[in-house]
Amino acid sequence: MFKLTATIRKDLRILLRDKVGLLLMFLMPVILAVVITAIQNSTFELVNDNKIPLIVVNRDTGEAGRQLLESIHSAGIFSVLHTPEISASDNLADAMKAHDALVAIIVPADFTSKIKMKAKIISAKALKSVGLETDSLSEKSQHVESLKMLYHPVMQESFRQSIQGALKSAVSIVESKQILNSLYLRLNDEPMPSALEKEILENTTGVEQMAVSRDGSRNVPNATQHNIPAWTIFAMFFVVISLGSSVVREKQNGSFLRLKTLASGYLLSLISKQITYLFVTLIQAAIIFAIGIWIFPHIGLPALNLPSDIFATFVVLLICGWCAVSFAICIGVFASTQEQANGLGAVSIVLLAAVGGLLVPSFAMPDSFRYIIKLSPLHWCLEAFYGLFLEGGNLKDIMMNLLPLLAITLLFQLITFWGLKKKNLI
Amino acid sequence: MNAPAVRIQHLSYRYPGQTVNSVTDINLTVNGGERFGLFGPNGAGKTTLMSCMTGILDFTEGEIEIFGLRVNRTNKSFCSMLGFVPQEYSFYQELDPVENLEYFGALSGLNKKQIKIRSEELLTALGLWDVRKKQVEKFSGGMKRRVNLAISVMHEPRILFLDEPTVGVDVQTRFAIMEYLMALNRNGTTLIYTSHQLGEAQNLCNSFALIDQGRIIAHDSLENLLKKYGESGLEGLFIKLTGKAYRDTDV
Repeated sequence: MFKLTATIRKDLRILLRDKVGLLLMFLMPVILAVVITAIQNSTFELVNDNKIPLIVVNRDTGEAGRQLLESIHSAGIFSVLHTPEISASDNLADAMKAHDALVAIIVPADFTSKIKMKAKIISAKALKSVGLETDSLSEKSQHVESLKMLYHPVMQESFRQSIQGALKSAVSIVESKQILNSLYLRLNDEPMPSALEKEILENTTGVEQMAVSRDGSRNVPNATQHNIPAWTIFAMFFVVISLGSSVVREKQNGSFLRLKTLASGYLLSLISKQITYLFVTLIQAAIIFAIGIWIFPHIGLPALNLPSDIFATFVVLLICGWCAVSFAICIGVFASTQEQANGLGAVSIVLLAAVGGLLVPSFAMPDSFRYIIKLSPLHWCLEAFYGLFLEGGNLKDIMMNLLPLLAITLLFQLITFWGLKKKNLI
Repeated sequence: MNAPAVRIQHLSYRYPGQTVNSVTDINLTVNGGERFGLFGPNGAGKTTLMSCMTGILDFTEGEIEIFGLRVNRTNKSFCSMLGFVPQEYSFYQELDPVENLEYFGALSGLNKKQIKIRSEELLTALGLWDVRKKQVEKFSGGMKRRVNLAISVMHEPRILFLDEPTVGVDVQTRFAIMEYLMALNRNGTTLIYTSHQLGEAQNLCNSFALIDQGRIIAHDSLENLLKKYGESGLEGLFIKLTGKAYRDTDV
């Protein structure tokens, strides 16, 4: 035991004197977590909280055009810019740029007359079908010219489709209103009372949104809940830079030769490194979590909510850390130089992070990646964390994520052992 | 009867991927208390033989015993008998001398108290006490050589293997190291020494072996060897037995 504690003490001393390595391991992931959470938080806010700037060029002077504007307003997701100057402008692209608008729509001049005609035709058809009226209008065209929607090219497809859906819904309300009015007029020879119109059109059944959670909590997922677990994993795996180099350095310098002439050899050194760096990964996680909990609210970001199952969180951290350390030692054993270890380590972590769903959500990846995703240990770490942080699960719920992670870790250990034997290091 | 410090029988070793042996059918005995010098041109097999004796290389042909304990990779009990001073600086440059001695002392099986006592003794004896808290990477070459030596003798080994222990040091450091080695030997430590510094070797060693192309070609006291080959010094003897041709080989 004294040999092991002496070795751990030696590793800690060397680690603490490696200022660049410490910066890479602690400061870099913190910066990464803060910056990326801040960026993603503004995207979340754009989608969830902020209204989408929309320019409306209303060339229609009738009531349907006005009703459409009211419907768009009442949809609640748009900040409508509608001015005579913009309407008069020939170049909508310039107007969008000048007003920072992502979307613009053009309401054609004959919008009201076409909508009204369509309403009359449909109401006549409806009355004819119940034998109340002959259909004198059915032969006329029901076609209403589409509204033109212009959008900024950076807008994502899914975001664009949502906006289009909201606009279609607004048009639909206008159309329904006109049809109802037409029907009422034909049946009663007087316009529909506005109170009744309001009651018919606005008495809709709502949709209540709830994030899925296993523990019954109703935490709304936000940028912090998504990013802190993801970038904590990334930080933990980034020990490859420091640890991989440390293993290479030890192989290269004469201390390794000396270790071979001692009864307690290189294996003890590797066990010590695993313990030391596992401790480092846990500290990394503690620091990033602490920043998420206590610092984020002071810089305008949502605070991190720790999962209710703290023990499960610790188990995930422990296994993720062990996997990261095993991977780093594996890289160190096979790399011949520190440059190789650093290059290979950094590139492989970025690749594993990308494949593992840290950079792009795994559900958004092409089908061909479905199997490759499962090979990335970062994927299993992330799934386990999301199970706790976003779904409110417990240890049992995430066990199926931890088992593959453990299997990958053991594989790294086996490969390392084989490499050590092959290179006559043990 | 006491077992010899080193007994080698029919040792051969070939590096993986090589077509010829680096050492072939080596038979050698070094008695306890000797100051044994192993010499030969570059690539002759000195380092390979030293690596086999210290357990660094995993040989499969032949047998080596250190004070009666067989050298092998599975039972490393022989390790406690030996100290090794490699040609490279074999310590952690990020640590200071005390921290290096603490670490290697612990791995050699010493307890906390023994480490403290031995560290003080060695750092004082080798003139490193005043710099004991400075990181070794800031040391001169001579100071690093002394740290290298101190670590190797921390656990008071019965036999000390030295692979060019004074390479690249000034006269003062060389003198100090040689003095220290002689003192160790007077206290019973067997020295196995290899170097290209033949003058230094002639002063230190009382038993010599010449190795060339993986085979021991001569082994005796210097006096007997000089008499046998009609030479007046070790350098002349060396050239006579190994020739003047360059021995540049792949490592």
